[in-house]
Amino acid sequence: MPLLKLERVSRDFDVSPPWLNRVLDHEPRRILRAVDQVSLDIDKGETVGLVGESGCGKSTVARLIVGLYAPTEGRIEYRGRRLQMIFQDPYASLNPRWRVHDIVAEPIRFLGTPQKVEELLRQVGLSPDDGEKYPHEFSGGQRQRISIARALAGEPDFLVCDEPTSALDVSVQAQILNLMSDLQRRLGLTYLFISHNLAVVSQVADRVGVMYLGRIVELAPAAQLFSRPRHPYTRMLLDAVPDLGMSGRPRTPVRGEVPNPLAPPSGCTFHPRCPHANERCRREVPAFIDGVACHAVLEGRI
Amino acid sequence: MILLRRIWDHDLAWSFRRSPVTVVAAALTVICVGAALLAPWASPQDPFDMAALNLSDAFTPPAWEDKGMASYPLGTDNQGRDILSTIMHGARISLGVGIAAVLFALVLGVSLGLLSGYLGGRVDAVIMRIADVQLSFPAILIALLIDGFARVALPGDRHDELAIPVLVLAIGFAGWVQYARTVRGSTMVEKEKEYVQAARVIGRRPLAIMLSHVLPNVTGPVLVIGTIHIATAIITEATLSFLGVGVPATRPSLGTLIRIGNEFLYSGEWWITVFPGLALVVLVLSVNLLGDWLRDALNPKLR
Ligand SMILES: Nc1ncnc2c1ncn2[C@@H]1O[C@H](COP(=O)(O)OP(=O)(O)O)[C@@H](O)[C@H]1O
Ligand code: SF4
Ligand SMILES: [Mg+2]
Repeated sequence: MPLLKLERVSRDFDVSPPWLNRVLDHEPRRILRAVDQVSLDIDKGETVGLVGESGCGKSTVARLIVGLYAPTEGRIEYRGRRLQMIFQDPYASLNPRWRVHDIVAEPIRFLGTPQKVEELLRQVGLSPDDGEKYPHEFSGGQRQRISIARALAGEPDFLVCDEPTSALDVSVQAQILNLMSDLQRRLGLTYLFISHNLAVVSQVADRVGVMYLGRIVELAPAAQLFSRPRHPYTRMLLDAVPDLGMSGRPRTPVRGEVPNPLAPPSGCTFHPRCPHANERCRREVPAFIDGVACHAVLEGRI
Repeated sequence: MILLRRIWDHDLAWSFRRSPVTVVAAALTVICVGAALLAPWASPQDPFDMAALNLSDAFTPPAWEDKGMASYPLGTDNQGRDILSTIMHGARISLGVGIAAVLFALVLGVSLGLLSGYLGGRVDAVIMRIADVQLSFPAILIALLIDGFARVALPGDRHDELAIPVLVLAIGFAGWVQYARTVRGSTMVEKEKEYVQAARVIGRRPLAIMLSHVLPNVTGPVLVIGTIHIATAIITEATLSFLGVGVPATRPSLGTLIRIGNEFLYSGEWWITVFPGLALVVLVLSVNLLGDWLRDALNPKLR
């Protein structure tokens, strides 16, 4: 039994102009499908990475899982104790008017967990005296530690981390990643780790899902995904990072642009950028079979 | 001592010291507010005590004029009331009504703005359409309507008693829209921020999030609007009282004093209306200048 199970989960956003403008300009409703038929199982204790270019729906998956959004279609089953989330922006994720002590104490007070703020601050490498300060007195990395302390205060067994290090300097990134894997070992946490940075994901993840335009196009154990990527999109992402897996290959930048999610391409949505696209790709949506969603792979063409 | 030092060194204090106009405005505001607050104890005469009035002293000009008397520095009115004393008591009522109306408008507007911005959807649409409609009427007209309605609804003897609360509600109700719009805008920005999402993940209810998380982050502009609104509310009250629909004549505000004095302006007793008028101008202008300064000091981008 997986700890978390996503079954064909989709999420639409209504991005239509306001009703009156729509009527006056004779415009139809506009629906943006941010997450499309995503299925994913996560087992207790593992770290699943989720990668993909900006706008592909990673944050929406995160928010669906913690219940900030309701799925438009599909089911999310969670059998654990409690989910908490760590956010990307260390400057927006802490209320600037609250003292750190109150920020970390909020889950304790509201959820009634037997945690102690001082102990939590120590666990994430801060001093108990820091509780008296306001968020603006801390650096980005320290703020992310406060965010982690707040998440731990709710005694979660599952942490959804939405680009927790993307806003930090490289040296600080490593410290936060170390802290997170430390905590995982000590507390038996399960992570969904979201990032657009493959190098970061390769450091922390046991399994990795690759998202493109709302869909998971490849899902594989990290070692396998980085050494033998199958989906053309995964290959393109990896080719852009020189020192991961495939040694010796020249670095080639990512080609093309992400299409407008309001008008996604027909068939395989990756086909306008794919070097292996053919007529079938333009017509038929590839099914997700055996960890990959690509006609060419399933046909044995690549 | 350390606290005083910190206040003195604060950014606000610094920008305050740098602006002589603001310092003068603040001094005048303090004098006006002080005179108003202390009126019952500090005014030379109790203008509401009929026994203390001397009808033979009526129409005494200011002390520096030929027939002036030292005991009435700014002269007396048609009933022999000391103008300085009536101004002090009148300012007390004007300020009281103005501040109470602003507090009412502020609480109403901030609450509706929070609800509108945070909940969005239908709640937002309804509240904002009401605001749009209300904004197309001048505030004074709305206050007149509410006041007039209360006059019809309340029996005559009850009305005088309730005149001041009704006036406060009328002026306050005419002014909530500005607060609501501002707070709605900032709330829509704040609610997308991740600290609000974090509170939602913990499971806090919308009302708790609005009050404990969003509210402290949207109050900055509200203070500025509030300060400037006090000046506007005092003017609105004065206008209503000048038109004779404001406070009852037994508790005259500055507006009432100006109206009463106006009757004698053309017969030469100018001081009865000019001094309350001057007091109103000084009070409103200095409060307004303070509000402008606060706006600039809190948000340098607006300069
Ligand atoms: N609340 C929302 N309303 C409308 N569109 C949204 C909303 N949240 C996300 N989107 C859209 O959904 C798509 C996926 O966004 P997101 O999940 O934030 O991607 P990522 O985190 O991978 O960058 C984007 O096109 C984005 O514009
Ligand atoms: S299905 Fe076709 S277009 Fe899509 S990734 Fe595979 S080969 Fe490329
Ligand atoms: Mg994102």
